[in-house]
Amino acid sequence: MMANTVISLRGATKQFGGLVAVDNVSFDVREHEVLGLIGPNGSGKSTTLNLISGALPATDGEISLRGGTITGLPARAIARKGVSRTFQLVRLLPSMNVLENVMAGGVFGHRRRWGQSAERHAMQVLEMIGMADKAKSHVGQLTYIDTKRVELARALSGEPEVLLLDEWLAGLNPTELTEGIDLIHRLRDEGRTIILVEHVMDAIRSLCDNCVVMSSGKKIAEGSTDDVLSDPEVIRAYLGDDDA
Amino acid sequence: MKRADWQNLGWGAALLVVAALLPLTGDGYLISLGVSIAMYTVLATSWALFSGPTHYISLATAAFFGIGTYVMGSGIEYINYWLLLPIAGLIGGVIAALVGLATLRLSGVYFVIFTLGLAEMTRQAVTWYQNQTGHKGTYVLTELTDPHIYWQLLALAALVFLLGWAIGRSKLGFALRIIGDDEDVARHVGINTALSKVALFVVSGATAAIVGAMIAPRYIYIEPATAFTPMLSFQVVIMALLGGTGRLWGPLVGVIPFTLLWEAISSSFLNQTTLLLGLSFLAIVYLLPGGFVGLYDRLRGRAKKRSAMA
Ligand SMILES: Nc1ncnc2c1ncn2[C@@H]1O[C@H](COP(=O)(O)OP(=O)(O)OP(=O)(O)O)[C@@H](O)[C@H]1O
Ligand SMILES: [Mg+2]
Repeated sequence: MMANTVISLRGATKQFGGLVAVDNVSFDVREHEVLGLIGPNGSGKSTTLNLISGALPATDGEISLRGGTITGLPARAIARKGVSRTFQLVRLLPSMNVLENVMAGGVFGHRRRWGQSAERHAMQVLEMIGMADKAKSHVGQLTYIDTKRVELARALSGEPEVLLLDEWLAGLNPTELTEGIDLIHRLRDEGRTIILVEHVMDAIRSLCDNCVVMSSGKKIAEGSTDDVLSDPEVIRAYLGDDDA
Repeated sequence: MKRADWQNLGWGAALLVVAALLPLTGDGYLISLGVSIAMYTVLATSWALFSGPTHYISLATAAFFGIGTYVMGSGIEYINYWLLLPIAGLIGGVIAALVGLATLRLSGVYFVIFTLGLAEMTRQAVTWYQNQTGHKGTYVLTELTDPHIYWQLLALAALVFLLGWAIGRSKLGFALRIIGDDEDVARHVGINTALSKVALFVVSGATAAIVGAMIAPRYIYIEPATAFTPMLSFQVVIMALLGGTGRLWGPLVGVIPFTLLWEAISSSFLNQTTLLLGLSFLAIVYLLPGGFVGLYDRLRGRAKKRSAMA
């Protein structure tokens, strides 16, 4: 493990009854790195994120954040240590407006603020993602990409050490997709550490420094994005999935 | 504090003063009705502090109320009345904390069943204990009359409203709203969901115990069947839902019409009260989701839309 490693998985395993959804997976994420976690449907990408964020306890293996183990900690403790995430199916707080949704991420998390200062900071995050004008809107009135933006803003407002994005670009139309990729590019340029679970190849190519490829719960490849995407085994895993 | 806060505080204080004048009428029936309304206001408001944001339906009101009644009943011979009120609150709060820690990890359905069972279990335990010691009930003899009890309950109501208002503006209040919206999200933004829920459950448990202690002198002779009547738990739920748990004043708006109606109905149909309770529950859930508060918000939303279009 290198000195600037932020997240490190060693033999992470998750079993659901007889199904091994994540099978002995190890990889490191370094500071300022955008790591793509890719693989066909059902290969265990979301489950891996769930293990890191503490949504699910690992069956085996060790996960650490900046060298300290977080295996077995509850999600709230892991969030406080600086892991933030979005969900594959967007989860906003339906009774609250946009600003409150964003504040929710910055009051109890990694960097905590309250009152005026929490509100100011949430506004800054909303400005950064281009939604300041909708701060008082109810989340039920938002377009799809805006719901995704709000969820991202909530994850950012706790100033996390590492950001886990689970198919944040999925379901966007072509124009929205360009906007979405631009937004994540900005996060990348800010030097954030991100694990990006994604199916959109263009996004992976332009955003990820390195990729880890999963198939049926196992890590089948790892390395720089270009190398990994031209690896015959990776292509086979994807095509096999598509043709079947 | 914002201007609206001062305004609300002013309204609250004015309402309290007017309500406090009721015993001056000297009308025993009115005063006794006032005691009921004040009692249900405290119970339903503190119930909603917990159940409103979390959506957990607690049927433990009767358990905490009964515990408070018995704290007063068994302590009044030895300890000063005014000391017994906080003691009842403390005991109620501790029991609520234990029950909460054990059950609030459970999903909603199990929690409902457990809280209902708690009231029944406590009642059985007290009955068993009394049988062991050869008593059937306990006398609570004090100089306190209905007006005194009424004023005490009003003061407690004011306290509960202030507390609810303070919680609503606190981080704890914000955490509970997030939990109510999506508990998984709450955990992932760093909220200790179990502790937040327990904290509010303790508030409602302690409050119900204090109410029980305040009401005890009115019964004069207390037995498990009167102190732990499960009907109380259901009434509180229905009143809170009728008013609506979305706002602090919601339960109050449910308590007043319900108590008056109940008074009228139960005096003429004594044997059908349980049936009527069930029917009114169904009526509220089907016809008035969100209670009066929900109705008010919907009407206001519609008015806003209309004025926006004009
Ligand atoms: N809570 C759960 N209980 C049981 N099985 C689960 C659970 N969560 C995931 N699985 C199973 O684990 C496997 C991996 O699922 P996972 O959601 O991690 O895949 P994924 O790579 O994120 O797929 P996708 O690209 O479709 O989102 C699947 O077979 C899935 O059915
Ligand atoms: Mg997934």
